[in-house]
Amino acid sequence: MEYTSREMMTIVAAREIKNGDIVFCGTGISMLAAMAAKNINAPESVIFFETGSIDARLEELPLAVADPRVMYWASSNSGLLDAFATMQNRITGEHVIGILGAAQIDKFGNINSTVIGDYYKPRTRFSGSGGACDVASFVPRSIIFMQQEKRKFVNKVDYLTSPGHLTGNDGRKKAGLPPGGPELVITNMAVMRFDDATKEMYLSGYYPGITKETVLENMEFDVDVSRAEEVEPPTASELTILRERCDPQRLIL
Amino acid sequence: MECVDTSISCRDCDIQLLKGRKAIVNVGPDKVMTLKEAIEDYVKDGSHISIGGFTTTRNPMAAVYEIMRQKVRDLHLYVHSNGPAVDELIGGGCVSKIEIAYGGSGKFAATCIRFKKAVQEGTIEIEDYTNYQMTLRFLAGAMGLPFLPTRSSFGTDIINTWGFSREARKNDPKVPDEKLVVMDSPFGNWMDAEKVVLVPAIQTDVTIIHVQKADKQGTGRIEGLTFADVEQAKSAKHLILTCEELVDTGDLRAAPNQNQIPFIHVDAVVHVPHGAYPTACHYYYDYDSAYLNDYAKAARDEQLFSEYLEKYVYGVKGQEELIALVGKERIQAIAADPHTGYAKNLKRN
Repeated sequence: MEYTSREMMTIVAAREIKNGDIVFCGTGISMLAAMAAKNINAPESVIFFETGSIDARLEELPLAVADPRVMYWASSNSGLLDAFATMQNRITGEHVIGILGAAQIDKFGNINSTVIGDYYKPRTRFSGSGGACDVASFVPRSIIFMQQEKRKFVNKVDYLTSPGHLTGNDGRKKAGLPPGGPELVITNMAVMRFDDATKEMYLSGYYPGITKETVLENMEFDVDVSRAEEVEPPTASELTILRERCDPQRLIL
Repeated sequence: MECVDTSISCRDCDIQLLKGRKAIVNVGPDKVMTLKEAIEDYVKDGSHISIGGFTTTRNPMAAVYEIMRQKVRDLHLYVHSNGPAVDELIGGGCVSKIEIAYGGSGKFAATCIRFKKAVQEGTIEIEDYTNYQMTLRFLAGAMGLPFLPTRSSFGTDIINTWGFSREARKNDPKVPDEKLVVMDSPFGNWMDAEKVVLVPAIQTDVTIIHVQKADKQGTGRIEGLTFADVEQAKSAKHLILTCEELVDTGDLRAAPNQNQIPFIHVDAVVHVPHGAYPTACHYYYDYDSAYLNDYAKAARDEQLFSEYLEKYVYGVKGQEELIALVGKERIQAIAADPHTGYAKNLKRN
């Protein structure tokens, strides 16, 4: 079955979500990944929004995390104070997996969603942290969606909005952050993970039809490619569920 | 007869006092006024204000449009994640400083367009925080505390880069001297946290939120997610509630656990049906994708944007005229289904 890179990215993320995970979703593809996981491989995962909605029944795809569609059939609808406390709380927070996106990322998974260029005279201003920095600070695992481009995988982010592994090794602990940090980066070409000891990014997988070299050409910094394997493409059944159950109106796909 | 009870605020005296003039005392029985009056009374040039809602839901749009029509200038605006309301206020030239976590309108504008332009061109000053930090800042204000701690943002530019300079902060008595402060926890490693980030309280001159139901005295009920509206409401010196429905006190008091806003915080109650339009209001109406898409298109072009403002903001007297201008068909299409609270199968492309 033919598929787009967006569909591939969504399914790769969905496969990382397990039963019992509380999935923090942002807008767009991350929401779709959470819905796909719930419908395909992790029916007992919990969809969670920073706006305060817990385990809503998403019968239609929300277009923002405050969309009234996230309020339907929720276990509880509260607010930001409760939502972020749930992640900062070491008991519930341990089960949260964050899904984030950004304009720039460095080799330790630190991300920028604030500005390109100088902060005081930005060439491009983006939305800003929102809850991303909070999630990246608090939760033990997160997935970052990126486009595979040289200007996005950079040696140094123009503004560090949300912490990854900071300077690598025990950088997070030294800075005062709870343990955790990004677990994988999913792009339109490949999947990157972080070394257990150094916390440096390495190439973990590349998509069918993409070579390791192509991935490296689209990054400003080098990564270890010795552990990389080809990623399984989405199955027909995964694609059918994604298209027909998760986004039949093609709002994101 | 003169009242002799000086120990408590006497309700009879308050009511006496209010006769013949606008109800501005918090315990007054009737705080209903027009939107024009509420904005004139509480939102001045240079005011520090916050507005409720989150991205495309329950933004107090009618109030925002009235602020724009009254050409209020030099506002210092505090929001967490806000979309259309922030963008319109900036586009209308009302804002000079903003403290914010996120300026975006979901699928309709990943980054708010006039916000983006204003920051890039340096026409507004900005200070970046996170959503949780902004929420804690409102809560600190609501609690009467100078700051609250969190474990968010260590090692980031949220801490290291300040939008407002130290000097500017020192010279402005309405802004704290520090953006935020990192400190060692005075409790050692208790709760496995060696350090905390302290975020300063916000106390606004006025906060405006849009709720589903309120009574004349100002008891308010939000349906669905409350976002940080309650903390924002309680951190304000003055609070304006706009409401979809002005209901009898008994309707709200019969289920007090569902009311989030006690009247003691409220200064003005304004009845504005479709007061959050074009953003959504749970159980009443959905967001209007057509309006938000048209807005995004207009906001990208100076000529189109000034035409947009002339027609939809300055060209109407209030929300009722805006709704009439948009037309019955579109308003009916976004009417919420009573079971789910949103418009099912709505065209949202």
